Amino acid sequence: MKAFTTLTGVAAPLPMANVDTDKIIAARFLKTIERTGLGKNLFHAMRFNEDGSENPDFVLNQAPYRQAEILIAHENFGCGSSREHAPWALLDFGIRCVIAPDFADIFHNNSFKNGILPIRLPRAVCDALMDDARLGGNARITIDLERQVVVRPSGEEIPFEVDAFRKHCLLNGLDDIGQTLQHEPAIDDYEAKRRAAAPWLFA
Amino acid sequence: MRPGGAPPGPSVLSAPLSGQLPSRAKRPGEAMARTLFDKIWDAHVVERLEDGTALLYIDRHLVHEVTSPQAFEGLRAAGRPVRRPDATIAVVDHNIATDGSRRTGIEDPESRLQVETLEKNVAAFGVPYIPLLDDRQGIVHVIGPELGLSLPGMTIVCGDSHTSTHGALGALAFGIGTSEVEHVLATQTVLQKPAKNMRVTVNGRLPAGCTSKDITLAVIGKIGTAGGTGHVIEYAGEAIRALDMAGRMTLCNMSIEAGARAGMVAPDETTFAYVHGRPHAPKGEAWDRALAWWKSLPSDADAVFDKEVVLDAAEIIPQVTWGTSPEDVLPITGVVPNPADAADEARRAQLQRMVEYMGLTPGQKLTELKVDVVFIGSCTNSRIEDIRAAAAIAQGRQVAPGVRAMVVPGSGLVKKQAEAEGLDQVLVAAGFEWREAGCSMCLGMNPDKLKPGQRSASTSNRNFEGRQGPGGRTHLCSPAMAAAAAIKGHLADVREFVA
Ligand code: SF4
Repeated sequence: MKAFTTLTGVAAPLPMANVDTDKIIAARFLKTIERTGLGKNLFHAMRFNEDGSENPDFVLNQAPYRQAEILIAHENFGCGSSREHAPWALLDFGIRCVIAPDFADIFHNNSFKNGILPIRLPRAVCDALMDDARLGGNARITIDLERQVVVRPSGEEIPFEVDAFRKHCLLNGLDDIGQTLQHEPAIDDYEAKRRAAAPWLFA
Repeated sequence: MRPGGAPPGPSVLSAPLSGQLPSRAKRPGEAMARTLFDKIWDAHVVERLEDGTALLYIDRHLVHEVTSPQAFEGLRAAGRPVRRPDATIAVVDHNIATDGSRRTGIEDPESRLQVETLEKNVAAFGVPYIPLLDDRQGIVHVIGPELGLSLPGMTIVCGDSHTSTHGALGALAFGIGTSEVEHVLATQTVLQKPAKNMRVTVNGRLPAGCTSKDITLAVIGKIGTAGGTGHVIEYAGEAIRALDMAGRMTLCNMSIEAGARAGMVAPDETTFAYVHGRPHAPKGEAWDRALAWWKSLPSDADAVFDKEVVLDAAEIIPQVTWGTSPEDVLPITGVVPNPADAADEARRAQLQRMVEYMGLTPGQKLTELKVDVVFIGSCTNSRIEDIRAAAAIAQGRQVAPGVRAMVVPGSGLVKKQAEAEGLDQVLVAAGFEWREAGCSMCLGMNPDKLKPGQRSASTSNRNFEGRQGPGGRTHLCSPAMAAAAAIKGHLADVREFVA
């Protein structure tokens, strides 16, 4: 996993609530056995017309936002399925950070595991950041994970919360499995006790 | 079976392991009233990390072809084995055709690749697998309970959000992403923060024509698709107790549509009767020990929930969604909302988009909406009870001209049972298609899809734009309501049929 420390980039405004995982990456694009290459189908229904041409009204088709690394949206981002293809598609497109008032649980979890930082900020703050983002390519937003601040183009800093463990993993690009395997003796121990108490689970 | 005696020894399982506190204890040593969720959680904590994240042990891991290839690839790259193949089971469901063509091989090259990749992976890692042509094949959330692979008190995960279904047994069951699938394969644990407790109490009795699907849609309509975020929902109350296991599974299945991490129903005699005798359920002395533990699981009477919602079942009217989010649901007697009436600008824009996408006119009666397709199936509603409900409406009637109506059993075993009961005959005589087990038209990733602009009455769980195929328009409802729509040719009030 790629480490996430600071990020300065273009932010794309997506003023929609309930952006579900089917919108992010539709089911028909899940037939892959790879993690990469999904970016071209990100937001497919909104991004492309029926004949396959680009929809010029969609934000990621507009000049500065083609390079967007930050996405700002409204409530309940990532609701729907558990498909990790959603963060994979965002990442493959180049998005490393999503800012929204709140996120669906599984999407939130999946993002961290792929080096994407989801930031929860109140709706009014998201709206203010969306106004910044609408200024286009020169209005860069900075995310400083170490200091836990979003820096607006004006220089104003907005603090955000992040779970300490996840922050540590993101900053260092650490893989969960390697970390968990350090606890293997505890797992062995638990398993032995469980086997004695509930043998039917080990049939 | 032990006749209601005092539970013996195995209560050690419900006690926290040494050195750990119950998840919400205030002071060390203080015994605190716990919920069903707390009890299962506490019994599965391997270790608590500094920031409150727990390493949670997983009893059952269900694997399917769509969310697992990258996980096995990760294991292979790191040279890691599957820690407990015996706690794991793999099956194919999402990708496959349901028209009988499976006997001659899978046509779509990408689907075939995913299925073949799973077959290669289970062989390489020694994971038990139910092949496509086995009678036990079916939707992962149907076969788990059916085969007794999912049991009360278990922690159950699957790379699929509707894993919440298995909570109907009184288990803690939740969906995980592919990285977590890999994590569970390698370590038999997940890293999780404890969820908050929410209780949805449904008092009273359901009126005729209403089912657990109507309860679940009414709950989502009330609390919204983010109403359960961060919570595990326990369903309680007279109307829930009265539900059979299939009904409880429908309810827990759609907890994810209410934003919850999981849904649960406390195990009771209905649960035990369902589990008893299933192929993988404990037997003999093991059954007695398991039962004693299961009986200790229901929430303590004085347990405190972080959020409470109460509904009266008697007030529920058959529900149907009209928009493109499960929370946009109305009684079948309702009319299409007018975006102009929205409370704020954002909601107005959202309603406008939904009305346009769904091809609706504000003020139009829902019962005026003509359907092109009726889909009875999916992990929400494809069990034998659901098929019986659809057949009861279809009996002696005909599908309206121009409507394509399909019934897709949730597993090969459900299919066989339905055929043994003659339900397939009833349905086929009425003009329904009788198909093979799979996810089918629940999601547009196998040959069963809506065409752009087609309108469906579906018993599945998601009505998102394009969910059943690009441009498709989905109205979610119960199996009986879907069957009624097939007969009438438009969304219909099933109460006209059951009067
Ligand atoms: S039936 Fe639908 S919701 Fe259920 S597992 Fe299959 S695709 Fe997912």
